[in-house]
Amino acid sequence: MRKAVLPAVIIITSLLLIVRIFYLQVIDENLKLQSENNAIKKVFDFPERGYIYDRNGKLLVANQPSYDIMVVPREIKNIDTTEFCNLLHITKEYFIKKIEKANVYSPRLPSVFLSQLNKAEYAAFQEKERKFEGFYTQKRSLRDYQVNVGANVFGFITQVNEAILKKNKYYNSGDLIGKQGVEQQYEETLRGIKGVKYLLRDKHNKIIGPYKNGQFDTIAQQGKDLTLTIDYELQKYGTELMINKRGGIVALEPKTGEILALVTAPTYDPALLVGRQRSKNYTALYHDSIAKPLYDRGLQATYPPGSPFKIITGLIGLQEEVIDEQSTFYCNHGANFGRFMKCHCGLHTLQLNNGVYKSCNSYFGNTYKRTIEKYKDSYYSVDNWANHVKSFGLGQFLGTDMPIGSKGLVPDSKMYKRMYNGAKIRSSYIISNSIGQGEVSTSTLQLANMMAVVANKGYYYTPHIVKKIKGEVLDKKFTTKHYSTIDKQYFPPMIQGLADVYNVGTAWNLKVEGLELCGKTGTAENKIRVAGKTYQLKDHSIFVAFAPKENPTIAIAVVVENGYWGNRWAGPIATLMAEKYVTGKITRKDLETTMLNGSLLEEYKRIENIIFQRKVDPTKLQDSLNKIKVEISDAKKEEEEN
Amino acid sequence: MKNQSVGNRIDYISILLYIVLVIMGWMTIYSASLPLEETSIFDISQIYGRQMLFIGLTIPLILVILFSDAKIFERLSFVFYGVGILLLLGLFVFGVTKKGQTNWYQFGGFGFQPSEFVKTATALLLAKYLSYSQINLKYTKHQIIGLAIVGLPVLLILMQPDAGSAMIFISLIFVLNREGLPSWYFFSGIIAIALFFLSLVIEPFYLIGIVFVVMVIHYIFNRKISRNPIVYGLLYLIMAGFAFSVSYVYDKVLEPHQKDRINVLIGDDVDMKREGYNLNQSMIAIGSGGLLGKGYLEGTQTKGGFVPEQHTDYIFTTVGEEWGFVGSITVILLFVALFLRIIYLAENQKTKFSRVYGYCVATYLFTHFFVNIAMLIKLFPTIGVPLPFFSYGGSSLWAFTILLFIFIKLDANKVNEW
Repeated sequence: MRKAVLPAVIIITSLLLIVRIFYLQVIDENLKLQSENNAIKKVFDFPERGYIYDRNGKLLVANQPSYDIMVVPREIKNIDTTEFCNLLHITKEYFIKKIEKANVYSPRLPSVFLSQLNKAEYAAFQEKERKFEGFYTQKRSLRDYQVNVGANVFGFITQVNEAILKKNKYYNSGDLIGKQGVEQQYEETLRGIKGVKYLLRDKHNKIIGPYKNGQFDTIAQQGKDLTLTIDYELQKYGTELMINKRGGIVALEPKTGEILALVTAPTYDPALLVGRQRSKNYTALYHDSIAKPLYDRGLQATYPPGSPFKIITGLIGLQEEVIDEQSTFYCNHGANFGRFMKCHCGLHTLQLNNGVYKSCNSYFGNTYKRTIEKYKDSYYSVDNWANHVKSFGLGQFLGTDMPIGSKGLVPDSKMYKRMYNGAKIRSSYIISNSIGQGEVSTSTLQLANMMAVVANKGYYYTPHIVKKIKGEVLDKKFTTKHYSTIDKQYFPPMIQGLADVYNVGTAWNLKVEGLELCGKTGTAENKIRVAGKTYQLKDHSIFVAFAPKENPTIAIAVVVENGYWGNRWAGPIATLMAEKYVTGKITRKDLETTMLNGSLLEEYKRIENIIFQRKVDPTKLQDSLNKIKVEISDAKKEEEEN
Repeated sequence: MKNQSVGNRIDYISILLYIVLVIMGWMTIYSASLPLEETSIFDISQIYGRQMLFIGLTIPLILVILFSDAKIFERLSFVFYGVGILLLLGLFVFGVTKKGQTNWYQFGGFGFQPSEFVKTATALLLAKYLSYSQINLKYTKHQIIGLAIVGLPVLLILMQPDAGSAMIFISLIFVLNREGLPSWYFFSGIIAIALFFLSLVIEPFYLIGIVFVVMVIHYIFNRKISRNPIVYGLLYLIMAGFAFSVSYVYDKVLEPHQKDRINVLIGDDVDMKREGYNLNQSMIAIGSGGLLGKGYLEGTQTKGGFVPEQHTDYIFTTVGEEWGFVGSITVILLFVALFLRIIYLAENQKTKFSRVYGYCVATYLFTHFFVNIAMLIKLFPTIGVPLPFFSYGGSSLWAFTILLFIFIKLDANKVNEW
C-alpha cells in the first residue's frame, strides 16, 4: 500500500498536467490570438479611395494625400516636448492629453496623435521625425472635393469609432470610414481592401523580420469609382435656389428611378469636413440643433403632404369606381362632412378636372368619403384605401441606396382601431386625409416618387443614387418595376388636371413658354408645442411636378419650410428646376432672381424665438454679447502689457 | 569482484533517459537564447554555449561518482550533512542577496547555492538514519529524529527566505511515509494543503461550515477507526482554527509579492501587465503552440522574448510553443518514465540505505518537475524552482546530475551488498 503512494501521485499529477496543457494548447483559442497580438505586427498599405462622378462624367470627389502622426506610447523616449509642440503648433496640454488617451487605448498599439496634416506641416515634421522616437507618420488619402455642393449626397469620411472597431475586425484605430451618404452606403466599394504585411517583433516592439517569409502578406486592392445619378448642374442650381430657406428638393428620372438632384437646405460645403479643422467644423454643424445642416430634409424630414395628396385621393376614387370624370360635387366655400371643411377654390360645381386644378377640398373630401363608405366594414375600407396609397411608395422605406430615410405614415385599420378603441370609423373622423392633412405624412423623396408613378402612368423604379460602379452590375432591385394598384387608364384625366394647374389653375402664374408642365401646389399646416403651449407656425410651401407632359424626363418635389403657400416658394423653385433640366435654360429670369435672393431667415428667427421663449430680439442680444467679449479681451491685453 | 565492471551493472535505461532529457534541454535553451546572428554552438559568450560547457563538465563528474567507492556516500553522510548545515548558516554572514533571497555564495565568477548541495546531503543522512536496523518510525522518538533531519534545513532555508527550496525538502514526507511514518502525518499534510487553498478562495465561515458537514458524514459512515466524538470535536476545532489563521496570515502577514503570486493563481483582481505578466505570457507561449507546435526555432513568443527568464525557470514554455502538445506530452512522459524507473530500482535495492536514497532522488526530481510545470500553466503559485536537466545553469544541472548518479552508482553496486 505505502509503496504505491508515490507512483500513484506521480501518475495522477502528471495526468493533471497533461489535461491542463491539452486544454491550453488545443481547446483554448484565446491564447493563440493573444500570441499573434504579441509577436506579430501588421503594417498596412491603404489603397486610394474610389472617385465619385456625376451622371455626365463630371468629377465630383477625388483624393488628396494627408498624413497622420501616430504614436506608440511605450516607445516614446527622451523627447524634447517643447520643440515637438512648437513644430506641430500644439499645446503641451494637448500633448499630455493625447498621450494619456493613447495609453488608455493601448501602450503597445499605435494611436493617432495628430490627424490630417497638410503637406507643409508634414514636410516640417518629417525632417525631424527621427528625433522623436515612438512617433511616426502614416500616409492616408483624404477627400478632395471638386465641387462645393452635395455634402448630403456624399457624406464624409472620418476616423472609425470604438463601436465600429469592436464590431468590424477590418478596421483599426485611426482608419478612415465613410459616414452618411454614399460614402457610408458604398463604403466597401469605395475603400477597396487594404494590404497587410506581417512582421515579427520582439518584446521591445522591434521588428526582427517578416513573419513566415511573408507568405500571409496581401496586396492592397484599389477602391472602385462610383458614378452617381446626380446631375451636378441641377444639384448646384437647386442648392442655390434654396439658399436662406429650409427644406428639400428631390428630383427623379421617372423612367429609371434615378435621383437627379437631392438638395437639403441649409447645407454646408463638403470641404469643411476635411483637414485639421474637420472636428471643429463638424462639432459646429452637429450642435446646430435649429437649422440642422447635417439633417437631410429631402430624405429624413416628413411633412403632411397637403394638396398634392389629392392626386392619390382622386386616382383611388377612379380606381374604386366611386367617381368618374363626370361625377360632380358642389362646393360652397367648403362642404359639410359632419364637420365643415373649408375651401378656397371659389367654384361651385366641380368635376375631376377643375377639382384638381383649383385644388378643391370639397371635391376630394367627397371622393374620399365615398371611398371610405364603399364597403360596409369601415376597417376594410380603410385598409383598402391604405393599400392603394402604399402602392405609391408612401408609408414605407423606399429602399434607396442612401443610408437614411423615413417611412412617413399611412394610417391603416390597426392604427385607427387603437385610436378609436375599435369603434366603427366614420369618414368624417378622418376626412382630413383626403387633402393630405390628417394622419398622413410623407418625405419629400416619397412625394417625388409619387409624381414619378403618375408620370409613368402607374409604376416606379426604386429611387437610387448610384448609376454605375466600375466592374459591377447594378442591384436588381433598382431595375425592377413596382406597379401601383391604379390601372393605367385612370392616369390621363388626372395628368390633364395637373397640366391645367399650370394652364388655368393654382400655378397659372408659373407657366413656362414652350414647356408643358404638370404640377400640384400644396400648403401644409404646422404647429409646434413649446412649454405646454401650441403655436401655429407659417404653413409649409409644397410643390410637386413632372415635365414634359409627354414622355416626362423629370419628376420633382419641393418643400420649403414655413414658405407660406404652395406657389409662393416651392412652386417657382420646382418649375425653375424642371425647366432648367428639360430645356437647359431659364426663360423667367425675374422669377429666378426673386427665388435666388429670397430669404426666409426672419421667419426662422421668429420660430427660434418661440422655441427659446425669448423676449429679447436675439440679433441685439448677440451684439451686446460681442461688445462684452471685446471689452474683456481689451482688459486682458492691457493686463498683459502691464 | 569489487567495482571491477561497473559498466556492466549500471542501469542504462535511467542513463539513456537522463541523456535524452539533457539534450532536449540544451536544444530548447538554444532556441530560447538564439541571438539574431547565429554563432558557434560552443560560443561561451552565449547562454547556449555556456550550457554546452556545463553539460561537458558533467562527464568528469559522472565518471568520478561511478568510479569512487560506493560505501563512501553512506559513511560520509554525517559529514556531508554537517557541512551542508554549516554552509546554510554561513549564508547569514557571507551570502549574496539576489531578489530578496540570501541563498548564494559568490566566488569570483562562480555562484554556488548551498541548498542544492544540502538536498543531496539530507537525502544521504535520512537514508543512513532510516537504515539502522533498530529504527522504526512507529516510535515517536524516531519519528521526531527523522522529521528533524528534514526539518533543520527547511527551517534555515525558510529564513533566507526561499519558499521554493523549502517546499522541495518538505516533499521528503513521501519518503518517510513509504518507510512507515504513520499515515495520519501524510493525510494531515494533504488536508492542510487543501484547507490552505480553500480558505483563500472561500470565506472562512462558509469553509468551516462545509468542513463540519463533511465531518458529520464521516462520523456516521466511519466503521474502522475510533468514533470518539471528543476526538472529532478537537479535530474540527483545529481545522477551523487553521482555516481562520490562513485567512489572517494572508491578510496581515504575507508580503505583497507573495500575495500577488497567490492572487494570480486564484485569478483574483490581477493586472496582466504587472504581477500577472509572467504567468500570462507563459500561458500565451504554451497555449499558442497548438497540437503540433510552431516548429523548432519558429516560436514567435520565444523569439520575441516575451516570456521573462525563459531559459531558466520558464524553459518549458519554449517546449510548449515550438513542439506543441505532442512535444509537451513527450517531455512529460520521459520525466515520468525516469521517476518510475528510479522508484522501481529503489524498491529492488538490497539495502535500506540505497532504497531510501533512491526514493529521495525520485521525490526531489518529481517535486521540481511538478512545481515547475504547474506554475507555468496556472495550477500552482509562482515559485522559482528549476526544471531538472532542462533549465539553464551549471550549478543546478550538476546538483541534479550528482543526485541521480550517486543513486545509479549505489544501484550498480547492489551485487556487492551481501
